[in-house]
Amino acid sequence: MTDALKAAATPTPLPRPAWRTTPLARFAAEFTASPVAVAALCVTLTLALLAVFAELITPQNPYDLAQLDIMDGMLPPGSTDFAGTMTYHLGTDQQGRDMLSAIIFGLRMSLGVGAMSTLIALSLGMSVGVLAAYFGGKVDAAIMRVVDLQLSFPAILVALILLAVLGKGVDKVVIALIIVQWAYYARTVRGTALVERRKEYIEAAACLALSHRRIVFRHLLPNCLPPLIVVATVQVAHAIALEATLSFLGVGVPITEPSLGLLIANGYDYMLSGKYWVSFFPGVALLVTIVAINLVGDQLRDVLNPRLRR
Amino acid sequence: MLVYLLRRLGQSVFVVAAMAVLVFVGVYAIGNPIDILISPEADQIEREAAIARLGLDKPLWQQFLIFVESALQGDLGRSFVYATDALGLILSKLPATLELAFLALLIAVFLGVPLGMLAGLKPDSVVGKSIMAGSILGFSLPNFWQGMMLILLFAVIFKVLPSGGRGETVEVFGVAVSFLTLDGLAHLLLPAVNLALFKTSLVIRLARAGTREAMLQDYVKFARAKGLRPRRIVLVHVAKNIMIPVVTILGLELGSMIAFAVVTESVFAWPGMGKLLIDSIQHLDRPVVVAYLMLTVFLFIVINLAVDLLYCVLDPRVRLSEVRA
Repeated sequence: MTDALKAAATPTPLPRPAWRTTPLARFAAEFTASPVAVAALCVTLTLALLAVFAELITPQNPYDLAQLDIMDGMLPPGSTDFAGTMTYHLGTDQQGRDMLSAIIFGLRMSLGVGAMSTLIALSLGMSVGVLAAYFGGKVDAAIMRVVDLQLSFPAILVALILLAVLGKGVDKVVIALIIVQWAYYARTVRGTALVERRKEYIEAAACLALSHRRIVFRHLLPNCLPPLIVVATVQVAHAIALEATLSFLGVGVPITEPSLGLLIANGYDYMLSGKYWVSFFPGVALLVTIVAINLVGDQLRDVLNPRLRR
Repeated sequence: MLVYLLRRLGQSVFVVAAMAVLVFVGVYAIGNPIDILISPEADQIEREAAIARLGLDKPLWQQFLIFVESALQGDLGRSFVYATDALGLILSKLPATLELAFLALLIAVFLGVPLGMLAGLKPDSVVGKSIMAGSILGFSLPNFWQGMMLILLFAVIFKVLPSGGRGETVEVFGVAVSFLTLDGLAHLLLPAVNLALFKTSLVIRLARAGTREAMLQDYVKFARAKGLRPRRIVLVHVAKNIMIPVVTILGLELGSMIAFAVVTESVFAWPGMGKLLIDSIQHLDRPVVVAYLMLTVFLFIVINLAVDLLYCVLDPRVRLSEVRA
C-alpha cells in the first residue's frame, strides 16, 4: 500500500520490473491515485465498522426501553439528559431516544439490507447471465427477454408492488431488492461473457473435455468479474437508497427495527414545526453513505474499465 | 418502417398479455382472491353476490377469461375505501401526476442540457467541475429526504412557499390544473424541483458526454473549417446531435418520473396517483393496487413504444438496421 502511494505521488513512475507488479498491486496503485476515492473508501469502511460494532460504540442502546427516559423527549442537539449525566449531541426523538445511537443502529440496518440483497442478487444474476452467454441460442434469448422486460420498469415501482403483495418485514425488503437487482447483473455479466467465451482459453478448456460446469464457473466467470464489481458497488448504494425510500413510504422495514429511511420518516411531522434534527441527521448519514459508496464505485469504474486504459 | 412498427406493436401486445397473466396468477392463484377482491367488512350476502359476480366459483381458466374480459372493458374492480370504480379513481388522479411530471421534465431539460453542454465544452474548468460535482450530489441525494429539506428550507424556515397540497386549481376542458393560478404554481414549484433534481443530474451527464464526443467529430471540424462562429457550431450542430440520447433517455425516464412521483407526492401531499397508491397499500385497498399496476404497465409500454418510434425518426441508422434485420 505504501509502495503504491509513493508510486502515485511521483509524477511519472518508472516502469517497474514485471516480476514485482502483480495485477493486485497495479490495481491498488491506480485506485489510490485519486485522493477523493481514497477518502471515500475510508468513509465507507468507517461506516461499515460503525454498523458492525454498533452496540460497543453508541452511548445507549436505542431499542432497550429501560435506557430511554420519556422526560428527555424531543431535546434539541447538544442538550444534556434529565439526570444531567449524558449529552445528546444530535438531540433526541419523541421517546427520548439519543439520535446518534439511533442513527448508528439505523446505519447497521441500512447497510445490512443493502449488502445482503446485493450479494444474493449478484450471485443469482451472475449465474443466470453467464449461463445465458455460454449456452446462447434459445436459453439466451429467453433469459434476456425477461431481463429486458424487467429493466423497462423502474426499480422503485417493481419493489413497491412486490412489497404491497408480500407485506412488511426485513426479509421481504431483501427479497424485493434481490428481485429488483438481479437483472442488472445478468445483463452486465452476459455482455462480458459473450466476449470472453470466444477467447482461446475457453476453447482450450473445451478441448480438454472439461465439464460445462467447470468451464463456466472456474474459467469463464472469474474473467467476467471486473465489470460486475463496478456494477455491484454502485448497486449497493442504489439498494440502500431504495430501501430508505421504501421504508420512508411505510412499506419497508418494521417500526421495531428502523433503518435510516424510517428514522427520517419518523421526523416528518416534527420537521413541519421546526424540530428538524429527527429527520435531518439520519438524512445526512444516508447521504454520506451513498455519496461515499458512489465515489468508490466511480473510481473502480475508471480503474477497471479497459476502454479507458491508456 | 411499417414492418418495424408492426413488430414493435406485436411485442407490446405480448408484454401486456404476459403482465395480465402474472397479475392474474398473483391475485387469483397465489393469493386468495376472496380476501383480495372483496372487502373484509362485507357481510355474507355481499360476499356471495361478489363471488358470483366475479365468477370465483368457476374453474380457473374461466376465471381468467372473465378477468381479461372485464379488464378489456376497463373494469379492474371497485375500491373498498372510496366505493367507486378503481380505474376511474386512478384516472381522476392522473392529471395531477402528469402536470407534476411534465413540469419536472421541462426543468430537467432546460436546466440540464445547457449546464451539461457547458460542462462538456470546458471539462477541466472550475465551472465544469462544479457542475459535475453538483450532478453527483443530485444522483446521491435520496429523493424523499431532499424533498423534506426543500420543505424545511422554503416552507418552515423562510416561509415563502407552501409545504404541501395542490393549491388553487382551474378547470381546463373539465380537468383541474394548478399551473394556471399563482397559488397553484407556488404549490407546484417545490414538488416539481424535487422530482426534477435526479433527472437534471442525468441530463447533465448525458449532455456533457455527448458534447465532449461531438466536439471531436469530423462535422464539427468541418464546420469550424468553413468559418462558422463557435456559437453557431455549439448551438446548432452540436446541440442537435446530442439531443438523440437525451430524448431517448428522457422519454424512458418520463415513465420512471411517474413512478418516482410516488415519493414526491407522498412528501408534498400532492393528490396524484402515486399518493393514491401508497394510501391504498396502507389501507389494504387491493383492487386499486391491482388497477394501478395494470395501468402503469400499460402506460410504460405505450411510452417505450413512443420512444422507440421517436428514436427511429431521429436517427436514420436505427431505421436502416431494422429494415435489414
